[in-house]
Amino acid sequence: MPDIRVVNLTKKFGNVTALENINLEVHDKEYFSLLGPSGCGKTTLLRLIAGLIEPNSGEIWIGDKRVDKVPPEDREIGFVFQTFALFPHMSVWDNVLYGPKVKNYNLKEAETIGDEVLELVKLHERLDAYPSELSGGMMQRTAVARALAAGAKTLLLDEPLGQLDAKVRNEIRYEIRKMAKDLKLTAIHVTHDQSEAMSISDRIAVMKKGKIVQIGTPQELYMRPNSLFVAHFIGESNFMEGIVTRTSDGSVEIELRGGFKVYAVGNGLKQDERVVLAVRPEVVTMEIGSRERENALVGNIEKITFEGTFMRYEIRLSSQDSVVVNRPSLTEEWIEVGKTVTLSFPPEKTHVFAYPASGLTEEIAV
Amino acid sequence: MLKGNAFQRTIANWLNALSSKKAAKYIVYISALVLFFVLILLPPIFGIVIKWNSIPSVLNRPELVSRALSTIGNSFWVALLVSALDLIAGIPMAWLITRGKSRWLSVLDTLADIPFIVPTAALGYSLLLFWSKPNGISGLFGASLISPGWLLVLLLHFTFSFPVVVRVLVGALLDYKMEYERASRTLGAAPFMAFRTVTSPILKPSLIAAFVLSFARSLSETGATFIVAGLFENGPVFLQNLKNDFLGGTIPQSTYEGATVFASLILIVASCAIFGMIWILGPRLKFPFKGVWPGAERRLSYSKAAASRNTVTLLIFFGIVLIPALFVALPAFQAVFTPVLPAALSGSGVWNSYWQGLLLSYLLGGIVTVLGFGMGLPMAILIARRKIGKTPSAAVDILVNIPLIVPSIALGASLSFFWTQTFPGMPELLLLIFAHLSITYPYIVKSMSAAFERISLDMEEAARTLGAKPFSVFTSIVMPLTKYSILSGAIMAFTRSVSETGATVAVLGANSPLQTAPVVLVNWVRGVVPATSLEIGLGAGILVLLSFIILFVLRLVTRGKGRP
Repeated sequence: MPDIRVVNLTKKFGNVTALENINLEVHDKEYFSLLGPSGCGKTTLLRLIAGLIEPNSGEIWIGDKRVDKVPPEDREIGFVFQTFALFPHMSVWDNVLYGPKVKNYNLKEAETIGDEVLELVKLHERLDAYPSELSGGMMQRTAVARALAAGAKTLLLDEPLGQLDAKVRNEIRYEIRKMAKDLKLTAIHVTHDQSEAMSISDRIAVMKKGKIVQIGTPQELYMRPNSLFVAHFIGESNFMEGIVTRTSDGSVEIELRGGFKVYAVGNGLKQDERVVLAVRPEVVTMEIGSRERENALVGNIEKITFEGTFMRYEIRLSSQDSVVVNRPSLTEEWIEVGKTVTLSFPPEKTHVFAYPASGLTEEIAV
Repeated sequence: MLKGNAFQRTIANWLNALSSKKAAKYIVYISALVLFFVLILLPPIFGIVIKWNSIPSVLNRPELVSRALSTIGNSFWVALLVSALDLIAGIPMAWLITRGKSRWLSVLDTLADIPFIVPTAALGYSLLLFWSKPNGISGLFGASLISPGWLLVLLLHFTFSFPVVVRVLVGALLDYKMEYERASRTLGAAPFMAFRTVTSPILKPSLIAAFVLSFARSLSETGATFIVAGLFENGPVFLQNLKNDFLGGTIPQSTYEGATVFASLILIVASCAIFGMIWILGPRLKFPFKGVWPGAERRLSYSKAAASRNTVTLLIFFGIVLIPALFVALPAFQAVFTPVLPAALSGSGVWNSYWQGLLLSYLLGGIVTVLGFGMGLPMAILIARRKIGKTPSAAVDILVNIPLIVPSIALGASLSFFWTQTFPGMPELLLLIFAHLSITYPYIVKSMSAAFERISLDMEEAARTLGAKPFSVFTSIVMPLTKYSILSGAIMAFTRSVSETGATVAVLGANSPLQTAPVVLVNWVRGVVPATSLEIGLGAGILVLLSFIILFVLRLVTRGKGRP
C-alpha cells in the first residue's frame, strides 16, 4: 500500500528555509501533482521523498515504512528527472535493465521486465540506440521505462515534460497518467505548468514559498480557491479592490473603486473591510452599450487578442481598473476596440478575499 | 553491475553493503584527508621548521644570501617572461587547432603534445644540441648560436611549457559555446574583434589557468635547466649546485642545509604568495582594452593577416618548439649504426646504470601513480561533490595545488629533511616514493575531480533511485563515464614522475644507487659521468621513443572518446 505521508517536514539550505512544516498525504494509486512557481520548494519536496536529500526535521512514510533515514536505493521508488539523466554510455536496453540488474534480479526475469516496459512505452525498435541518438520524446519514454523497470510502486516525476516541445508534451502527459493508472502506481508529479497539473492529476497541492497553500482536486482548486494566490495561479482571474458596504448571510455588497456596487458570495467579512474581488474572465458577460444591470461594470474595450478558441478583450473601466473577458471566438460576435460595453457576472461565481497585508501585487507574485 | 565469478560477486556485494554505511564513507574520506596532510602537505613544511636553526649560519655569509636571492629572482623573471610568451604564442596556436579547417590540424594537435610528454632532461639535451653544439643549427654559423645560459634556459622553458598552455586553451576553446561568438559576429564584429571582446573575457579563467600552469612548470623544472644553464643559476639550479658542492665535499653540511632551507623557504613562500595573488586578483583582472577599432580589427581578421598569423604560429611551433625538442633523434639515429647500440643493448659500461635508471624511473612512476590513485580517488570525490561542506572542500581543493606550484627541488629538499630527521633509518627508495607522490598527487586529484564535476549529479541520483548502492553507482556509472579523463590524468602523473629530476636529486644521498633515468642523463651531459655524445644522444633518444609509445597508446585508447 504505497500511500505516501509527509509529516511536519522542514528542509533548510544554510539560512534559507526551502520547506517549512510540510504535511501531506498522497493516497495509494493516486496521481498527485505538486504545483507552484519556480523556487516554491516543490522539487525539494520530491527529492526529500526520494531520499536524494535529507530533511532537517519531520517524517516521511511510504506505505507503513518510515523512510526518511533510508537511502534512495532502498525506498523502492522510480524517479524521472527533468534532464532524464539517461546514462550516456548505455543503450536504451541497458538503461532500462540497469535497475533490475543492480537489484540482483536473475537475468531472465530482468529481461522479461525490460521487454514489458519497453512494449509499454513503445520503444521496442530502438533498443540498441544510445541516448544521444534519441529524440526528446523518446528520451522521456526511456526515462519512464527505466524507472518502471526497477519495479517501483511509486513513481516520482520531476518536471518530466519540461524539456519537450509543446505538442509532444501534450501527448506524453496523458500517456504517463494512463501508464501510472494501468500499472496501479502512486505517482507524484512536479510541475510549474498549471494546465499540465489540471489535466492529469487526481489531486494537486499548490505550493508557494516553501509552504503548501491548498490541496484539492483540479475542480476544487479552480472553483473554490482558498486564497488570492491560488485564484491567480490556477486559471486566470480579474482582481478588483473594494470596501464591504453590507453583509448578510453569506452575501456581501461591495463598493468597488469607481463607485460600482456589486454583490458577491463571501463569509466572515466585516462591514468596511477592505477586500479583493476575484472574477474569472470566462464568467463575465459582455454587452454593447451602457446598461443597467445587477453586478454591472461599464467601460471601453482597449485591446482585443485573437487566441484561437477565445477572443480576449481587455476593458478599461471608468475607475481605471482593467478587466479581462474571454468569449468564444467562433460563436459570439466580435466587438471592436473603443466600444463602450457593460460587463456583468453572477454573484455566486465570484470570490471575495480580505485585502492582503503584504499588498495585492506581492500576494499574487509568482 | 554484478558480473564475474561467485567470489567477485561476494566481494562486490560486500563493498556495496559497506558503501551504503555512512561510517564507512566517512572513514574513507577522513583517511584520504589524513594521508594527504601526513604524506603530502605537512612534511615539506615541517622539514623547513626542523632545520630552522641552520638558517642563521647562512645569514652570516652575505655572498651566499645574495647569491640565493638573485637566483630566486632569476627563477621568477624567467617564469614570468616564459608564461607571457607562452600565452602570446599559445592563443593563436590553440585558435588554429580548434577553428582551422584543414584536416592536418588533428596531426598538429597530436604534435603539440610531444614536448610535454618527453622527459625534460632529454628535451634539455636536445635543445643544447640544436642551439649550441656544432652538429645543430649552430653548425650553419660556425659558432655556437646560443651558448648555455639564460637565453637557452628561456627557450627551454618555453619549449616544455608551450604544450601545456596550448592543451589548456584548446580544451577551453572546445568547451566554449560558439553561440556567444556567433552573436558577436551577427552584431557586426569581425572574427578578431569577436575573439578579443567576447571570447577572451569569457575564457579568462582558462587563460589564467594556462598562465599559472606554465609559470609553475617553469619555476619547478630542474634537470633540463641544469643541462642548459651553463653559468646561469636560477633557484633550482642553485639548489642542485649546492647539493653537488656538498656531496663533493666543497661546502660543509651546515652551510648546505642552511642555504637549502633558506632558499627553499623563500621559493615556497614566494610561490605560494604569487599564486595566492593570481588566485585572488585574477578574477578581478579586467582586460585593458575597452575600445574597438573596426577597420584595423577587420583587416586583422581576414585573408592576409590571418594567413601570416598562422604562418608565424606554425614557424614558432616547429622552429622553436618541435624541431629543437626532437633534434636528439639525429644523434640517436646515428648511434644506431655504430657500436654504441650493441653496447647499449648489452648493458655494458655506462649503460648498466642507464637501464637500471630507466627501470627505476618507470617502476617509480607506476608505484606513485597507483598510490596516488588510491589516495586521490576519495579526495577527488570529496572535492568534486563537496562532501565535507562547500568551504572546507574548496579549501582542500586549493591546498591540493600547493605541491604543484612549489618548485619540486625545494619540495624534495624540505621533505627529505623531515623524513630523515623523523625516521633516521628510512630507506631512500621510500623517500623517493614520497617525493614523487607529492609531485604527482595534484595531477591525479585534479584530473579526477574535474572529470567527476563534469558528470551531472542527476546521473548518480538516477542510479541510486533505481536501486544501486553507492559502490555500484561508482563502478557502473561514474567510472565508465570518466575513465578516459582518469586514464589521461594517470598517464600525465606517470610521465611527470618519469620526467622529474629536481625532487629526485634533492632526496638522494651521495653515490646513491637509486639514480633515475633523467638523473643519469643529466650526469652524462654535465660530465659527472663521462659519456660520448652518441651515447648521450642514444640515451635521450630512447627516453623520447618510450614517451612516443606512451603518447601513441594514450591516443589509441582515447580515440574517438573525447580529448585526453
